[in-house]
Amino acid sequence: MNKLKPLAKSLLHSRLTFSLVILLIVVVQNIITTPTFFNISITNGLISGYIPDILDEASLLVIVTMGMTLVIAATGGVDISVGAIMAIAASFCGLLLNGPEYRTDVFHSPYLLALLVGLLGGALCGAFNGFLVSGLKIQPMIATLILFTAGRSIAKQITHGQTIYIMNPVFKWLGVQIPGIPIRTTIIVSTVIVIIVALLTRLTSLGLYVQSVGINGSSSRLVGLNSRAVKFMAFVICGVLAGVAGLVGSSSLGSVNSGELGLGLEMDAILAVALGGNMLGGGKFSIAGSVIGAYTIQAITTTLYAMNVRADQLNVFKAIIIIIIIVASSDVFKEKIRKLTRGVFGKNVSIGG
Amino acid sequence: MDRIKQKQNNPSLMMRGIGKSFPGVRALNNVDFKLRRGEIHALMGENGAGKSTLVKVLTGVYPMDEGSVSLDGNQVVIRSTQDAQKLGISTVYQEVNLCWNLTVAENLFLGREPRKMGFIDWKQMNRMAAELLQELNISADPTAQLDSYSIAIQQMIAIARAVNTDCEFLILDEPTSSLDADEVKKLFSLMRQLSENGVGIVFITHFLEQVYEICHRITVLRNGELVGEYEVENLPRLELVTKMMGKEIENLSDLNVNMDESRFEGEQPVVEAIELSSGASRIAPFDLKMYKGEVVGLGGLLGSGRSELVRAIYGADKAVQGQLYIMGKKSRIRNPLDAMKKGMAYLPEDRKAEGIFADLSVRENIIIALQAKHGILKRLSRKDMERYADEYIKLLNIKTPGIETPIKSLSGGNQQKVILARWLLTNPEFMILDEPTRGIDVGTKTEIQKLILKLAGEGKSVAFISSELDEMLRTCSRMVVMRDRRKVGELTRAGLNQSTIMRTIAGREDGNE
Repeated sequence: MNKLKPLAKSLLHSRLTFSLVILLIVVVQNIITTPTFFNISITNGLISGYIPDILDEASLLVIVTMGMTLVIAATGGVDISVGAIMAIAASFCGLLLNGPEYRTDVFHSPYLLALLVGLLGGALCGAFNGFLVSGLKIQPMIATLILFTAGRSIAKQITHGQTIYIMNPVFKWLGVQIPGIPIRTTIIVSTVIVIIVALLTRLTSLGLYVQSVGINGSSSRLVGLNSRAVKFMAFVICGVLAGVAGLVGSSSLGSVNSGELGLGLEMDAILAVALGGNMLGGGKFSIAGSVIGAYTIQAITTTLYAMNVRADQLNVFKAIIIIIIIVASSDVFKEKIRKLTRGVFGKNVSIGG
Repeated sequence: MDRIKQKQNNPSLMMRGIGKSFPGVRALNNVDFKLRRGEIHALMGENGAGKSTLVKVLTGVYPMDEGSVSLDGNQVVIRSTQDAQKLGISTVYQEVNLCWNLTVAENLFLGREPRKMGFIDWKQMNRMAAELLQELNISADPTAQLDSYSIAIQQMIAIARAVNTDCEFLILDEPTSSLDADEVKKLFSLMRQLSENGVGIVFITHFLEQVYEICHRITVLRNGELVGEYEVENLPRLELVTKMMGKEIENLSDLNVNMDESRFEGEQPVVEAIELSSGASRIAPFDLKMYKGEVVGLGGLLGSGRSELVRAIYGADKAVQGQLYIMGKKSRIRNPLDAMKKGMAYLPEDRKAEGIFADLSVRENIIIALQAKHGILKRLSRKDMERYADEYIKLLNIKTPGIETPIKSLSGGNQQKVILARWLLTNPEFMILDEPTRGIDVGTKTEIQKLILKLAGEGKSVAFISSELDEMLRTCSRMVVMRDRRKVGELTRAGLNQSTIMRTIAGREDGNE
């Protein structure tokens, strides 16, 4: 019993617990309704099955969520332009590869150069957002509203107002499969990105700086942190990662459709960060939490599809789930739960005071 | 008017035996306060004296634990701000509580707009506003947007709004702190006019000059207790300061500050400020020299510019004029990081707002300044961080369940020690400690005082700000005295005793200016 108390305490207080519980519910639900849930087979030289599908389909969201996590932690605001940035980055890449043609299987520029330019486009967009927020002190949501609105238009201009098709099979490497490797590249890329971001926040002081700036700007300044630079950096990283997602996403489709690529992904990313137990007001963040949050959202979506929920009904179900999540994680609700559990675990379940 | 005149000499608003406790703190203890109609009554006291608690009890923000309030002899109960307003008690706070984006008239009548057939009667409202403003001699256009006027005018409009709601008692909480001399004059003439109309005014301020210029009576609080109520004519400045700061000062023989005044002659100052002044703070340009191994106290009442002075040196407020020399070299401090790199450290006055990172662990709170100095790429190893944290937890005797405990769950004293640890870890040459002992227990206070002397003994230079005079007398070898945002004196060891300090703080009538 004595050992149980701190465990109960930390479980109650860890926001991560919450998203894990949701994920667990979704998985259990799948196991019941879909007996083949854990089945894995190899088709066309690729590992496939329910779980690999979820990992594959979640990959863009996971990548974008990493950047969103840093922006939210550092600024207490959100970047709603990530979907548009994906389109811009992919368009740059597509322009370089296809040149003036709408449909071709010849690369007009080196593949790697095109990828690099795409990423650079993402970085530039991030820098623009970062400048508006940290330089001009515009609220993140408003600042990123600019690219949210204009981004897809800009992307369309880059691709001469057309969807462009890149037929060279090499283009599909990044978003489908590299010949000889049985795992979908999307899964590899998203995993690598998660590892890079995790290392970046651990091996450098980026994580500590971001949290400090997000928790207390005045204190940060007095201990010698440049909160402007930290916020700027968060937006640039977010932009680059959105760029990566754009490149991967267009590669999966084999085309660049700037009107569709990453549409609505920004909202899912924000939801994933929240679901991962991160404070939307900024401060402490958990990369692991955000990753779990992102996969949870994808698992919910996939499950709903598997339950024959139509695409146009999907958002209604998502909304219901979001409402449940928000209510369950609200302070009022938690306080109620705490009061209820106090009887079970003894008086000292809540810390602080 | 006759009714008011009649009652003018009887205290009309009486608070008796007021007591109020917060968890762990006795904020008010058996305090009496009387406010007569038509008088301007200064409520004075240092930090933690209980002024704001008393005002909040009076205006219904806090319920009182003990005591009673009566109005013209009838007992009244004030449970909410609405209750207070019904009784004619209004408050105007330091920060203007109006809507900057509405017009002057809209602000004056917000929530009680004159109506015609259910719609707001704009003509009528603007006319009423114009009348009210004219009556009070406030030069503002009712139809202009509020933020087109200076803070002073906005404050006067806030007062006009308060007065218009049949206000008989007006509480002004530090209304002059962001005004310049001219604006203060305007505000004072409005206050005089109101008092002639029979409004009783409570005036809270840190500026002694202003108290003597405008007030009729003074009530002094200290540590939540009533010190007394005085007629202004009968309370010379020096006595007021003595009453505010308290007299019981121990002899300072127990801690030895051995100080030879000529010790620093010809020596290079660690920090030297010449005609330095910062933009935001409005303090008069000052000179200051700090030598190796000395503790310099910065004395003065709250709001006298003590913090602003050190913030200008540290770069927390950007310097707009003057020069700063560090170890004899002319230096430009553009931000705190520059100052840190030049060997400075600054423990800010407001621990919660500017010191701690509430959600971060004790370890992270300790290493953050050193890490910032190293830069983002040269991350301290986990092992080093833990070693530093353990070392300073032991050194400063910080009571925490562990190094990964969030700092917010520690007591105030231990939080303060963590911040001290943060700065000691950066190994500074010049430490600025702004109220390091405020709001912490006596045991920790003594520990911190000893630490300050130890640091000086190790050759560091310490600037020490405290509202407690005895604490400074015990630790400082020299004292810089501030009054009304100006450095007014510097006392060396020989002249360093309670009465000279009080006299310097009080100023003027004792021939100090």
